[in-house]
Amino acid sequence: VSPTSSSNAPSIAALLAAREVVVFCGSGGVGKTSTAAAAGLGAAARLGGKVLVLTIDPARRLADALGLEAFGNVARRVPLDAYREFGVEPRGELWAAMLDTKRSWDELVLRHAPDEATAYRILDNRMYHNVTSRFVQSHDYIAMERLYDVHASGEYDLIIIDTPPTRNAIDFLEAPARMAEFFGGRLLRWLTMPYRMGGGRGGRVFNAASKPFYQMADRVLGGQFLQDIAEFFLNFQSMYAGFVERAHAVEQLLHDRRTTFAVVTTLEGAPLREGETFCRELGARGFDLGALVLNKALPEYLLSADSERAAEILGRESESLARLVGGDPPLDDVEATGRVLRTLADSFRNYEVVARREAELRTELSRLPAPGPEVVLSVPAFPADIADARALARISEALFGADLAGTIAP
Amino acid sequence: VSDRPRGETAAEQRADHGAGLLDRRLLFFTGKGGVGKSTVTAATALLAADQGKRVLLVEVDAKNNLTALFEHAPVGFEPRQVHPGVFAMQMDTEASLREYLKVQARVPVFGRIGPMARAFDFVATAAPGVKEILTIGKICWELRESLQGRADWDLIVVDAAATGHVISQLDAPEAIQELVAVGPIRHQTGWMVELLSDPSLTALNVVTSPEEMPVNETIELVARAREALNVPLGVVIVNRVLPELFTHADGELFEALRAPDVRAVLEAHAGTGAAAVIDAARLAVSMRRSRAQHLGELREAVDLPLLLLPYLFVRDHGLRVTRMVAEALGQELL
Repeated sequence: VSPTSSSNAPSIAALLAAREVVVFCGSGGVGKTSTAAAAGLGAAARLGGKVLVLTIDPARRLADALGLEAFGNVARRVPLDAYREFGVEPRGELWAAMLDTKRSWDELVLRHAPDEATAYRILDNRMYHNVTSRFVQSHDYIAMERLYDVHASGEYDLIIIDTPPTRNAIDFLEAPARMAEFFGGRLLRWLTMPYRMGGGRGGRVFNAASKPFYQMADRVLGGQFLQDIAEFFLNFQSMYAGFVERAHAVEQLLHDRRTTFAVVTTLEGAPLREGETFCRELGARGFDLGALVLNKALPEYLLSADSERAAEILGRESESLARLVGGDPPLDDVEATGRVLRTLADSFRNYEVVARREAELRTELSRLPAPGPEVVLSVPAFPADIADARALARISEALFGADLAGTIAP
Repeated sequence: VSDRPRGETAAEQRADHGAGLLDRRLLFFTGKGGVGKSTVTAATALLAADQGKRVLLVEVDAKNNLTALFEHAPVGFEPRQVHPGVFAMQMDTEASLREYLKVQARVPVFGRIGPMARAFDFVATAAPGVKEILTIGKICWELRESLQGRADWDLIVVDAAATGHVISQLDAPEAIQELVAVGPIRHQTGWMVELLSDPSLTALNVVTSPEEMPVNETIELVARAREALNVPLGVVIVNRVLPELFTHADGELFEALRAPDVRAVLEAHAGTGAAAVIDAARLAVSMRRSRAQHLGELREAVDLPLLLLPYLFVRDHGLRVTRMVAEALGQELL
């Protein structure tokens, strides 16, 4: 597929029909959440079945656009009736849920802890909130874990998940493996050993290897602080087996043939480079790159020779053209009309420059190593934000092609 | 390209409040991803350097793309001059720790720090604020050294964490004080809090763009920063403001030009492409309108000085663009 191809219609529907999980990723600000939601809407309308959009973005407007007052960890059904007016004839069901990181972690602890007392010792630990909210990839991991859970329930035909904005786009791919390593690693045992051997709150027994580390850590962090951390880890370790098993299962699901990835980017330098890196990383790790979505693209007519020529003439011959169209107010003001025509020409040239920049970036995408994305989609820049159902329906239409929807009657 | 948007007189009036921005010594820049935070940070460094200041530019996230804005190769923890007057460094918490141990804690750094670094990284990842304190500590240390005449940075400009993480980053010294009852770290954080909360020295600035999500995040961040942080807020920089194409009267004229019969005349003379030229202007007008609305919401909700930077209709990236942004910023700070 050539990245310059703008024919979207056949492929996205085929891609979504053949998969059970689609993971949307990309750098912040590219419209990932809306694109994921629009893909879900299109799938529910066009392909039928039960579709879940699992989002991490708490944007109120998205809830509004989906016609939901609010949504949280528990999935809610999106009323699709509102979309009929935009030509969407739903065949299936669309459900939406938002990932509540804190609650998901709590549920995870309650599930994996050997007994309730241990679970609450963990939940009450002052380190717990910090570890779950700040530990690198903690959000990523919980998102993947939640995905696994929902998929395993078998409730949905298609799950579309929107990933957290990460500093580094590949973080979440490594999250399950890192998490397993984190809780299962020799490092953790090594770190907590002095506390285990010293018996609870009391003294510590060092071995030769860990002593220098503790000397350094004491110096920097203070001994009590370090002990608090160790205690927390000791409790957490009781969940080790369940955790690691789960992390491996999550990893397997991501590599499964039923799972694919969609990378979303805008045609701007930094996001595009990040998107490109992401595509490469996915390929290198053996994940399936289903789609590359070029979002907020400027219209192609900005680059047509015809419009370019017209802009030039409108600018150059503004005065004579103003006289030509002049007559009825407000066009009787020839001077003002000439000014407006020149503004049209100038503005066109401005946007043409940006469109050209976009086209160049698009060409760079053809350097992506094989096999590359199965589908490359362009979604046009819409003047307004994704404020309502209509806007979401329009993105969906752009993704699936003009002839949206369940209108393909069975 | 001059795209100073018209009709922003309220902001112009407010802009003078931002005039003293570069007289401070430590400026943090945060913002939602994709709004141009790094470009604005780099432009601020460039502008200050142009005014004769010696600037330390700190990149905190590990993306290592800040020096590209000066068309310079990536740098490491050691500051390197990337442009006359601009010295850039890439934050590295492990290097910061090593420096801290050597210079301040006077712990002998033996050869075994290699394998131990991983253990420390592990604890630092889990323990509250340790990574943040190593980041913010290094920055505060450079400021203190400058104030006491042992370093000579006139200004430190930080491309800080994005809106979601910046509070915990800047709050680290105080968070540590709450969590650690005793110990050297607690002792070490007092002076940092003092420097960070001094409005004559430090400001946290927010970069945004006039779109829904960035504006919402900015409003939320300003409110949360006021509540949870002692770091003084500086200015809000609104990037990529689209130019207003028409005055109200000219706008009506434009609508009249879109009438089918008039359009037909234009197409007859300028070719069929004339329709696309009109459509392009229509798109520009609606985008501007939608953005103006978000800008209005921002102005209503946030009482900090707003500095407006125009959308740049340019083809390339790199130093030339950084310079254009710096010039626009300079205009706003006049």
